[in-house]
Amino acid sequence: MNDRADQLSNLDLDAPDKTYLDSNELIINMGPQHPATHGVLRVILKLDGEKVLGTECVIGYLHRGVEKIAENRTYTMFNPYVDRMDYVAAVSNGLGYCEAVEKLLNVEAPARAKYIRVILTELNRIASHQLWLGTHALDIGAMTPLFYTFRDREEILKIFEKYCGARLTTHAFRIGGCQYETYAGFEKDVKNFLTFVAPKIDEYETLLTTNRIWLERTKNVGVISAADAIALGVTGPVLRASGVKWDLRKAQPYAAYSDFDFDIPIGENGDTYDRYLVRMVEMRQSLLIIEQAVNGIPEGPIMGKVPKVIKPPVGEIYHSIEAPKGELGYFIVSDGSTQPYRIRVRPPSFVNLQALDIMVRGLLVADVIAVIGTLDIVLGEVDR
Amino acid sequence: MPNFIMSYLGSTLTPGGAGNQFWALIYVLIIFAGVSVAVIAMNWIERKALAHFQIRLGPMRVGPHGLLQPFADALKLMLKEDIIPSEADQFVFWVAPLIGLLAAFTVYTVIPFGPSQAVSDMNIGILFMLGVSSLGVLGIVVAGWASNSHYPLIGALRSSAQMVSYEVAMGLAVVSAIVMTSLNTSGTGTLSMIGIVQAQQQQGVWFIFKFFPLGFIAFGIFAIAMVAETNRAPFDMAEAESELTAGYHTEYSGLRWSLFMLAEYAAMIAVSSIAVTLWLGGWMRPFPNLLHAPAWDFIFSLFPGLTFAGLAAIALIGTVRMPSQSFFKIQRIGLAIFAGLLGLIALLLLVVAVAGRSDSGIVARFNDGIGYVYWFVLKVSVFMYLFIWYRATWPRYRFDQLMKIGWKVMLPISLGVLVVTAIVGVIF
Repeated sequence: MNDRADQLSNLDLDAPDKTYLDSNELIINMGPQHPATHGVLRVILKLDGEKVLGTECVIGYLHRGVEKIAENRTYTMFNPYVDRMDYVAAVSNGLGYCEAVEKLLNVEAPARAKYIRVILTELNRIASHQLWLGTHALDIGAMTPLFYTFRDREEILKIFEKYCGARLTTHAFRIGGCQYETYAGFEKDVKNFLTFVAPKIDEYETLLTTNRIWLERTKNVGVISAADAIALGVTGPVLRASGVKWDLRKAQPYAAYSDFDFDIPIGENGDTYDRYLVRMVEMRQSLLIIEQAVNGIPEGPIMGKVPKVIKPPVGEIYHSIEAPKGELGYFIVSDGSTQPYRIRVRPPSFVNLQALDIMVRGLLVADVIAVIGTLDIVLGEVDR
Repeated sequence: MPNFIMSYLGSTLTPGGAGNQFWALIYVLIIFAGVSVAVIAMNWIERKALAHFQIRLGPMRVGPHGLLQPFADALKLMLKEDIIPSEADQFVFWVAPLIGLLAAFTVYTVIPFGPSQAVSDMNIGILFMLGVSSLGVLGIVVAGWASNSHYPLIGALRSSAQMVSYEVAMGLAVVSAIVMTSLNTSGTGTLSMIGIVQAQQQQGVWFIFKFFPLGFIAFGIFAIAMVAETNRAPFDMAEAESELTAGYHTEYSGLRWSLFMLAEYAAMIAVSSIAVTLWLGGWMRPFPNLLHAPAWDFIFSLFPGLTFAGLAAIALIGTVRMPSQSFFKIQRIGLAIFAGLLGLIALLLLVVAVAGRSDSGIVARFNDGIGYVYWFVLKVSVFMYLFIWYRATWPRYRFDQLMKIGWKVMLPISLGVLVVTAIVGVIF
């Protein structure tokens, strides 16, 4: 602790940030056990009163060595491990991994599998955003949205459970397609969900969007400019709220996303409120995508031609998808054996977390909580 | 029976006013027990109401519909190990919860539950109330400081920042209500809590409707400030759970922690009582001047009994609707007993109401007293429900935003209302 404190005290503090001439800065630990750090994030805060002079994130409390494990597993065996990274959006993780390996193998999933993938991934995006909304609102002090979002997220998890038997760590996809055909009544369930959840999103917005306190707590809080966001590699809704129209679903379409018609919402100010609005619109856009996908789902096989033993040719591949939290990339190096030589994951949460420091400098402790919430990090993914 | 017990019974003064220490002590005990019961009930109601706002059930296991949950919690907290951190300032740490508790309970000495149903009628009653209830903040600040820990310290500092920002506006809003007491031919200005309610009766209007919308604005300012004073959502930044883990009482546990909670809820009831007394006609039933015929008196005196009868009916419906598995048998019996208890109280109150109609002595007086307390408690409970509603609906303010609202919005408005009230009062 002490050497970290020393590091912090050596931070170059601009003179205008100082308000008292001789007072000492207060250094406090937020986390790893703290109600609002979304898991086991530890943030060391350097405070002047309540004003934040600097932060340092200490991560790794949830490190499980996922990337190293991959080197001792076959490609198929590693597939379930990726679900454990961003456990609230496990379907997206699986999609990214499966597509990366498919790219390496140079096979393509059949159209029906791609549509199923899109439906489940977008459902998962809504689930992830709902969880974000609930916890973010709870961090800012509004208790009630949490329970509303969890109630509605339950419906998505029920669909997952019916489809593949698991609710969170779904392991829904296989390399080359999907293992499971949709169950009888899948389309009906999904359509019912669409009509069920649309008014619920309005309900969340009624509670928050025009709420005076919500506006005061989120407007102009944690502002990040487009240039800063790009320089830090920030992706996902955080980047789009700063006004950069960058969504991998449009920019480099994967799965079946090129078949669908949807908008990429962007914000203007890059503050917490814009990020909130962007995610709210994203949920509605996901509903549109699911609707198109479930109406146009083709018949056919669900598995492509994949050999029994997956032995990709020597080479390397980087494939990234738009996970709910941003760009989720897999860099896979193959030495031609059944096991990957190296897998490196580019998790969106880890990269977005880097923006925390510039977003909270000069703000108050209460805003740190709001910013951690709005970055929508999952520590399983940050630490891997 | 000794003279000092019986002599007071015919009096229309408060025990304090009549100089009768015995009855003053009895009243203090009644109020202390009543407030404690109210806090326990409030604990249960808050958890249930909040749960129902949030599509949950709330406590359901301990007793029927969780009715015994507050008692179970109280027992658990009393049996917990009493931890004082070794780094803490032991004595101050020990005394801090008591300061808050004392401040919250002392206020009740001047709260008028009826024209003579108060421990004492101080001629500076409202001043005393504001002064003592503000002392509650001292308990918080001292607790945060004595804990010798970062989060409590920040919580305590927030609390003091909060206090300086709402207290002035709150005081000015109160002053504009006091000004109203003197703005009538029949009224001479008074600071006495009983006097304020009587002034409203003489002027024939609750001060919330006086010089509309002036009274209403002053009331609104007070209603906002009193949420800040009690550290409740959306102004609960002193204990902001998601920010400061538990704020000023992070280091507290067990009985000491429960004293803080007791003080918080007692303070909520106390400030609601101030609001009711100043703006909502205190103990007066609706339209006491218009509907004052004996028949109306009788009808209104039935209300307490009917309320309890209604509660008993709700409990009875709950008993009937309880699932029929053997697992629920004990719960069903318990709820039936609770319904019976409520029904018994209802019956007693109705009997008193009927008996009080033909009696002019002590029973009638007792009957009147029940009516006063009933209307007072009813009005206060509306505020208590609002506290829960706020908590379920709103996010938390940041403390600098509360200061901004306090100084830049509430203070000018309350100052303006005070000046305009005085001018309007002189003209009309």
